Amino acid sequence: MIELQRVSVAYADGGRPAVREASLSISAGDFVALVGPSGSGKTSLLKTINRLIEPSGGTIRVEDRDVADFAAHELRRRIGYVFQGVGLFPHMSVRENIAITPSLLGWDREKIAARVDDVFDLIALPRDYLDRAPSALSGGERQRVAVARALAAEPRIVIMDEPFGALDPVTRDALGRAYRALHERMGLTTVMVTHDVQEAALLADRIVALRDGCIVADDTPRAMLSGAHPEVSDMFETPRRQAAAIADLAR
Amino acid sequence: MNAQLAAAFAVLPNYLSQHVLLSLSAIALGAVVSLPLAIWAARRPTLRWPLLAGTSLVQTIPALALLALFYPLLLAISGLTQELVGATTPALGFLPALLALALYAMLPIVRATISAISGIDAAIIEAADAVGMTSSQRLWRVELPLAAPSIVGGLRTAMVWTIGAATLATPVGQASLGNYIFSGLQTENWVFVLFGCAASVVVALLADQLLALVEAGAAKRDWKRAIAGAGGFALAVVATLAPAASVAPSAYVIGAKNFSEQFILADLMTLRLRAAGHSAEKREGLGSAVVFRALAANDIDAYVDYSGTLWTNLMHRTDNPPRERMLAELSDWLKKSSGVVMLGALGFENNFALAMKRERASELGIATIADLARAAPQLTFGTDLEFQSRPEWRSLRDAYDLRFREIISYNPTFMYRALDDGQVDVITAFSSDGRILAQNLVTLDDPKNAFPHYDAIVLIAPKRANDEKLRAALRPLVGAIGLERMRRANLEVDRDADKLTPRAAAEELGKETGLLK
Repeated sequence: MIELQRVSVAYADGGRPAVREASLSISAGDFVALVGPSGSGKTSLLKTINRLIEPSGGTIRVEDRDVADFAAHELRRRIGYVFQGVGLFPHMSVRENIAITPSLLGWDREKIAARVDDVFDLIALPRDYLDRAPSALSGGERQRVAVARALAAEPRIVIMDEPFGALDPVTRDALGRAYRALHERMGLTTVMVTHDVQEAALLADRIVALRDGCIVADDTPRAMLSGAHPEVSDMFETPRRQAAAIADLAR
Repeated sequence: MNAQLAAAFAVLPNYLSQHVLLSLSAIALGAVVSLPLAIWAARRPTLRWPLLAGTSLVQTIPALALLALFYPLLLAISGLTQELVGATTPALGFLPALLALALYAMLPIVRATISAISGIDAAIIEAADAVGMTSSQRLWRVELPLAAPSIVGGLRTAMVWTIGAATLATPVGQASLGNYIFSGLQTENWVFVLFGCAASVVVALLADQLLALVEAGAAKRDWKRAIAGAGGFALAVVATLAPAASVAPSAYVIGAKNFSEQFILADLMTLRLRAAGHSAEKREGLGSAVVFRALAANDIDAYVDYSGTLWTNLMHRTDNPPRERMLAELSDWLKKSSGVVMLGALGFENNFALAMKRERASELGIATIADLARAAPQLTFGTDLEFQSRPEWRSLRDAYDLRFREIISYNPTFMYRALDDGQVDVITAFSSDGRILAQNLVTLDDPKNAFPHYDAIVLIAPKRANDEKLRAALRPLVGAIGLERMRRANLEVDRDADKLTPRAAAEELGKETGLLK
C-alpha cells in the first residue's frame, strides 16, 4: 500500500538531514506507529507520504504509484490527515469543515450531504454540532471533527501526526480506541506518529522506531516490549516499568 | 458671514463630488495594485521587505510634493505619447492627483494585507494544504476570508488618509474640497478655510464609520451588518457623485494662480465667456510654474500672467527694456517657442516692489532700495513662498548688494500680517495689491531698474490661437483695467471686514468697466 525506498529528507539550511535513507513497506490494513525521541525524523518521514514535505532522495509509492506522479493536491485528497494542530477552518461550520475535501473533489451536493451525515455518525457527537462553529467545541470534540474531515472523502490511507497529543489522558484514550475501531471497520491503512510509546503499543499492530533519522527497529508491540530489540530498549523501558507497577497494584 | 456660507454651499455639490470621485478612484486604484502585490509578498517573505520599504518611502514624501511631482512626470509622458502616437495625455487635473493619491493609499493596504495573511495560524494553513487545496483554493477559501476584516481595516485607514490628502489636489488643477482651503487662505476667507476642513472631516468620518460596519460584519461573519455598511457606502457615493454625472464638461477652462487678483480676473474672464453663451469653468490655485506649462500643453485655454515673470523665468533675460519693447519681444518669443498667443495687456502692472510701513520707512530714512541696502543688515525681510527662488531676487540682490539679517517666507496673506505686527521690516509686495493702500505702506523706488515691468497680459493656449469665440470674449479686457481699479477689487477680497468673494468682486469690476452688464 505504501512503499518508502531509501527516503531522505534534508533541511533547507543544509544541516544534518532529518531522515537518512529510510525504507519501509506498509501493507493494506496495517496500523503502523512511528515512534522515537524528538528530532528523530518521524514526523518528516510521515509527511513525505502526502508530500507536505518533499524528500531530498529516495522514492515513495502510494497504491503502486510514485507520489511524484501526482499533483500534490490530488495526492492529498486521497490521504486522510490528522495532526496535533487540528486545523479546523474557523470561518466554516463543522459541516463545512467535514465537507471540504469532497467539495474540492467536485462531488455533487447530495452525495456530499449524505457522506457528511455518515461520517459524522462515526465520531459520536450530537447532531446539532454540525452547524456550530469550531470555536464552540472542546479540544476533544474538535479533534473528533478533524478525524471526520480526514475520513470524509473515503480515503484508504490515513496518516496522523501526534493526533491526540494535546488532549487529556482520558479523552486521549477514548479517542484512540474509537479511531482504532474505525480503522478496523473501514479497512483503513493507518500510519501514526507519536512520541508516546505506550499509546503506540496499545493502538498499533506494528511499531517502527527511529533515531537520528534512521529506522532502528521495526516489529510488533509485543516483540518491542519483550526486549527483542536491545538497541531501542531504552525507549520501551518506561512503559514496561509502568505496566509492571500497575499490574502489581491491580493484583 | 451668511453670504460667505451661502457662497460656500453653492459650490459644495461640485467640490464634494469631485473630491469623492478622486478619493474613491485613488483608493480603488491603490487597492487593485496593492492587493496582488501584498498577497504575493505574504507568500514570498523575500519580497516583503522591499514592498513595505517602498510603500513606506512613498508615505514619507510630503503629499503636496508627491502631487506636484506627478505634473512634470506626466508632462514628459505626454510629450512622449505625442511623438509616438500623436495624442497627448492630460498632465493636469485628475490624472496626476489620482496617481499620487493611489500611491499614497498603498501603504496601509499592503501592510494590513501582508500581516493579516502571514499572521494566520500555521495549523490552519497546514490543514488547508493537507485536505488537498491548490494554492489558489487556499487563497480564496481560507486566507482571504480569514484576512478580510484586517484588509477592510487597512482600506479604512487608506480611505481616511486619502480623503484628507485629496484636499491637496487643488494646486495641480483638480477641484476638491481643498479649493475652499487654498482660496480661503489666499483671500483670508476663514469661513471658506473652515468650511473646507469641516467638509473633508465629515466625509472622512462618514466613510470611516460605514467601512467600520463592513469590517465588523466581516469579522463576526454577520453579513447583514457588512451589507448595511457597504450599501450605505454605495448610497453615499452615488448621492455625492450625482452632480458630477449631470455636469457636461465646459467648452473653456480659465486658469488662475494662487492669489486674489488671479481669482478675480479668472472669474471676470469666465463670466465674459458665459455672457457670450459659452460654457466655461475656472481652474484656480495653480502654481505659477505649472500654469504656463498647462497653457502651453492646452490643459487650460487662457489665463492672465505678467510680462516680467515670463521675461525673467522663461526667457531667462536679465536686461530690462522699456515696457512696449518688452511686450513686443515677449509676444514674438511666446509665439515662436510654444505657440502661445499674447492677446494683449490689461492696462495695469503688478510689479514686484519692496514695501515697508510708512512710519518705519521714514524713521529709518529709507525711500529707495539703495537706502534699504545700507540698513538691511539690521532688518528682517519677509517674502512670499516663491520669491527667493525667482531670478528677480538674484538680480535685485546683486544690483543693490542686499544682505538682510534674516529672510522669512510666508504665504502672501501671512506676509502682510507679519509686516503689520512688526515681525518683518520689509516685504515683497505686488504693486496692484490693495493692501498697500489699506495698510498705509510705501513701496521703495528702484533707481537701478533691477525689477522689470510686470504688465498683466492675457495669454491664450496654442490650440485656441484662432478661436474667434474665445478671442472675441476676452479682447475687450485689453487696456480696460487700470491700476487703481484693480487695487480696489483686490482689496475688496483681501480686507478683513465686509469681504467680497472673488466672483462678486469680478462682477463689480466688470460692471464698472463696462465689461459685464
